[in-house]
Formats: sequence, structure tokens, C-alpha cells
Amino acid sequence: MSEENNREPEEVPTAASSPEPDGEKKAEEVVTQPPPAEEATAPPARRVETDEEKAARRKATLEAREAAKVAAAQAAAQAAQAGTDGRVASKTAAEGEGNQEEQPVKPPSHNQPLLDRVVALLRESLSEEAVEEAYINEPNDHLPTIVLKNEYWLDAAHLFRNHVELSCNYLRNVSGVDYETHLEVVYYPLNMDNRSGYCIKVRTNRDQPSIPSVTPIWETANWNEREIYDLLGVDFPGHPDLRRIMMPDDWIGHPLRKDYVPLDPEV
Amino acid sequence: MIRTEELLLNVGPQHPSTHGVFRIIVKLDGEVITEATPVMGYLHRGTEKLAENLNFTQIIPYTDRMDYVSAMTNNYVLCHAVEKMMGLEIPERAEFMRLIVMEMQRVASHLVWWGTYLLDIGAMSPFLYAFSDRERILQLFNELCGARLTYNYMRVGGVKWDAPEGWIAKVKILVKDMYNRLDEYHNLVSGNEIFLSRIKGIGQYDAKTAIDYGLSGANLRCTGVKWDLRKAEPYSLYDRFDFDVPVGKNGDCFDRYEVRMEEIVQSLRILEQAIEQFPGEGDTMGKVPRVIRPPAGEIYVRIESPRGEIGCHIVSKGKAEPFRLKFRRPSFVNLQILPKLLVGESMTNLVTILGGIDIVLGEVDC
Repeated sequence: MSEENNREPEEVPTAASSPEPDGEKKAEEVVTQPPPAEEATAPPARRVETDEEKAARRKATLEAREAAKVAAAQAAAQAAQAGTDGRVASKTAAEGEGNQEEQPVKPPSHNQPLLDRVVALLRESLSEEAVEEAYINEPNDHLPTIVLKNEYWLDAAHLFRNHVELSCNYLRNVSGVDYETHLEVVYYPLNMDNRSGYCIKVRTNRDQPSIPSVTPIWETANWNEREIYDLLGVDFPGHPDLRRIMMPDDWIGHPLRKDYVPLDPEV
Repeated sequence: MIRTEELLLNVGPQHPSTHGVFRIIVKLDGEVITEATPVMGYLHRGTEKLAENLNFTQIIPYTDRMDYVSAMTNNYVLCHAVEKMMGLEIPERAEFMRLIVMEMQRVASHLVWWGTYLLDIGAMSPFLYAFSDRERILQLFNELCGARLTYNYMRVGGVKWDAPEGWIAKVKILVKDMYNRLDEYHNLVSGNEIFLSRIKGIGQYDAKTAIDYGLSGANLRCTGVKWDLRKAEPYSLYDRFDFDVPVGKNGDCFDRYEVRMEEIVQSLRILEQAIEQFPGEGDTMGKVPRVIRPPAGEIYVRIESPRGEIGCHIVSKGKAEPFRLKFRRPSFVNLQILPKLLVGESMTNLVTILGGIDIVLGEVDC
């Protein structure tokens, strides 16, 4: 159900069957340009086109399509951030049609009350500013996602583990991401009894990356944190045995960092 | 007077019972283990780093090499994650093909475990039985995609090859034969007194510990926790089939053995139903854009591999390559409990406990 397929039939010009080699590049250039209206690309009726006109028309069509695609992708990304349905947004943006004036406001996700409750709990028992961001990640099964302030993470982890309402006894995954401006560790705790899972993100700076260890809370975190320390260089104070796990002990640098340069070019 | 001292013993990395290049340093007091330190990374290839410079179709062969005993499920988790991000729809026939090969793979994987586990404990012949049956499954995979171990079979949007003429009929015969073979296995091994005395009550832990350590798969279910992602968080077409989730009671090596043996039966049941419902015709590839470029965003997708929960965490910036790709490998997480289980056990039980966890080193090191 890609938006491309919806548009294909009425827009393909006669020569469009041969793929445009630099179509990708154009997409980057026209990011800010809004999709041109349909009439602009339509040829005047019953007149033999010159080659230049044909080429120009073809280019305009391709550009319009690429621009619409990019706009759709951006809209989808924004929508996902804002917690509205990314797919609906991308579809309307791609169609660019005015016949359905305004999409009726999408009903909030079925997980929205869950997210609101957790955020309220965190604000209540930790601090008003503990939660930086909270949204629903719709493509990922409406997963409630919370960005927490680093200094509140350890207390929040205790809360997730022990609070009667949350009691997330299972930590299914921990992964680290280097965003170039900062490092981020993503936790996926899960309550196995009522099957409600969360995604918690904790950010740290790149120069002195440090996030409190949750190994005393979830034993699973032990090797996962060692792996993140090894490959991304995040320090986990409170970890019982923070050593390299994948790379040799005398390795220099942290390979999953985006700016990592191998010491020995042969390797 | 007899002088006693602590002995530091190095097992692996080249040791047949470590199922790959896994090393464990044990401190021994006589024959009793007082401390165990696993050392890994000998097979670390940096899959996650390599993936950042590859597009998604190019990453699929790398997933084959993670858990090389169960490559089909690894293929699936990556494709499934990308499809979910892009909101693609998969034709029914393609999804059936995927499900059938995944369940066949589960049987094959458990057979490898069964054979090598008994080999670890000291029984040679079950290994030969298991591998001859697994060979039949590999032959079928070979007919399907031309490879016996690293299939590279699935694609974002479907599967690469349709089933050749008569392939489904062959799977049907295989499933029928496997039931008989399983009876034979049970006759041969499951009631054997020596075998039982080696694995009953060994490597025991309770449900709370298992959950705390994040175990999944048979390692979790042997403690009585009914947690199978095919049932708990259904993906693919699993909600269409009727099957049970076998659980154990005591959480020892024997229960893990029983759970895995029963899982083979359940996989065969799923296969039977899937063959029954298999659509006679249809596409094997959905409508996929020429360049696979998931929208910017983040996703964590998990499925039930033979070893437990295998997950794929993708961070995309809207490019053809992932910004970050992380695999949650069940073997890596399950192995964490090993040092805890070994303390206080005798040296002979090391192999029994390690084998019971069922690890694949390609996946531990990734």
C-alpha cells in the first residue's frame, strides 16, 4: 500500500517507463518545494509537443512525484513524532487532493491512556520535569515511548519494576544508538502478566557518556550494558562488572560510534 | 596430609561441547565449580556495524550467519521489521511459504540441539539419527532456494522463490514421517535411566529467576511460564493455527528437554494445518518500491525463534541504509544465567547445563 502505487496510472507519461537515473538526487534537492498543482503539468489540448516541451513535462512530472514522495515521508515522520497516524497522513499528503477537506481528527491510540497514566505516575513520584517527551510509536504496535531525563532514570527504573500498576518484570531489550549529537540508550521493559510494554529512552552526551546501570533491577541488563559499553563507550555506574564483552580487552575506541576510525587500516 | 588448592581450568574456545568458539574459565575446588567466567567475542564480526553501510536487501545474508542453525527465522525478523515500518502488505501465499519454512526450520534446529546435546552427554547414535532427519529438511530447503544452511530466502515484501512443483507434497510426507521418527527417538532416549540420572534436577532455576534474567524460549517455558510470542503477541499467520505451548514444571535440564521435544510436535501440527490451508496460487512477492527506504522512525520487532525471542531494533533516517540496526539475540541473553547455574555444580555437569541452554555462537557474538 505504498503511495506510489496509488498515483501511478494517471501520471505516468509515455516515456516514463525508462527509469530516470538521477531521480534520487532530485528528490533531495526539491525537498522544500511544494508539489506543483496537477494543471501545471497537463499539456495544452490537441497540440503537437516539441521535444523540449516533452522533456520539460516529463521532468516536471517526475519532480512532482518525487516531491510528493518526500513530503509524504516528512509528513509521516512528523505525524509519528506527534503521535498521530503516520500512515493516514502520508496518504493524504501523497494524494494532495482537496475533495476530502479535513481528515476527521484521528481518535487517540488505544494505548494513549496507558501512556498518560505512566507519565502522570512518573511526574508524581519523581519530579515534574522527569519526562522530556512522551508519544505513541504507531508503526510499532502503538508502543508508548517515553524520553526520560538521565538523572531520574534509576528511580524511574525502580518504579517500573516495583510499582503495582506497572510491575515490568521483564526487560526484553536494551540497545544503544549514536545520534552524533548525543548517545541514547533504549530500554524495552515489559509486564508479562498484562502484556503491556514500554519503550524508554535515556540520553547522554557524547564526551562523558554515563547512564546509571539497571543491572541491580533487571539482571538481563548485565551483558547488554557491557555490550553497549564495549561498542558505544557508554559508562554505566553501578554495574557490577563493566568490561568489554565482544572486542578484545586492549581494543582502542568504540566501533559502533559514527565517527569511529579503526586504528589499524588493515583491520 | 593432603595438600589442596584451587584449580583454574580453561574450557574452550576450541572445545567440542561449547558448540562453537566459546570459552569459559572455571575455578575448581576438587571437582566442584566455585566460579565461572564466560569469555566470548571470538566470532564477533560486527554485523551491526557492517549493516550501517548496506541496504536492507544486502543485510539479509548477514542475518543468515547469525544463528546459522535457524537462518529462516533470522531472515524473517529483519524483513518483518522493515515491512512493518513501511506498512507493506504481504501476499498470503508468500506469508504461508515463510511460515512453513520457519516451522520446518524450528524442527531442524531442535533436531540439531537434540543430537548434539546427547552427544555432549555421551550418546553417539542419537546424533546420527537426528542429523539424518535434519538432512531431509535441508534437502527440501536446497530444492527451494539452493542452499542448505544460509538460505537468503526471504525478501522485504515476500519470498525470493516460489515452491517448486511437488514441494508442498514432499513437506507433507516429511511431516508424517517425523511423527514416527519422534516416537522412535523417545523409545531410544527419553526413558533411558542413565540419561535421566544425568539431566534430572540439574541446572534448576525458578520462574522468577528466569524472568529476571530475561530468558526466553524453552529456557523460560521449562519453569512453567507460558510465554511464546507466537501466542502472546501473534505475528505472521500464527493466530490461524491451533497449537499448544508446552511448559515444564521444575525448570531443570530434563524439563527443557521435554519442552523442546514437545515443541517439535507442535511445529509439525502447525505444518500440517499450513499445508492444508496453503493457497493454490498467488504472488510470492508484494508490491514493493524499487528502493527500499523505510520512513524515518524507530521500530522494535520480535518473533519466536527456536532459541527464544529474537528482536530487531531499527532506527531509520529515511535512507536506504539503516541508521542503527540492533539484534536482540536470544542465545546472548540466555547465556547470562550460565555463571549462576554453574556455581556449586560438579565439573561433569558443566557440559550438561551449557548444552541445555542451547546456544549458537554465531548469534551470541553476532
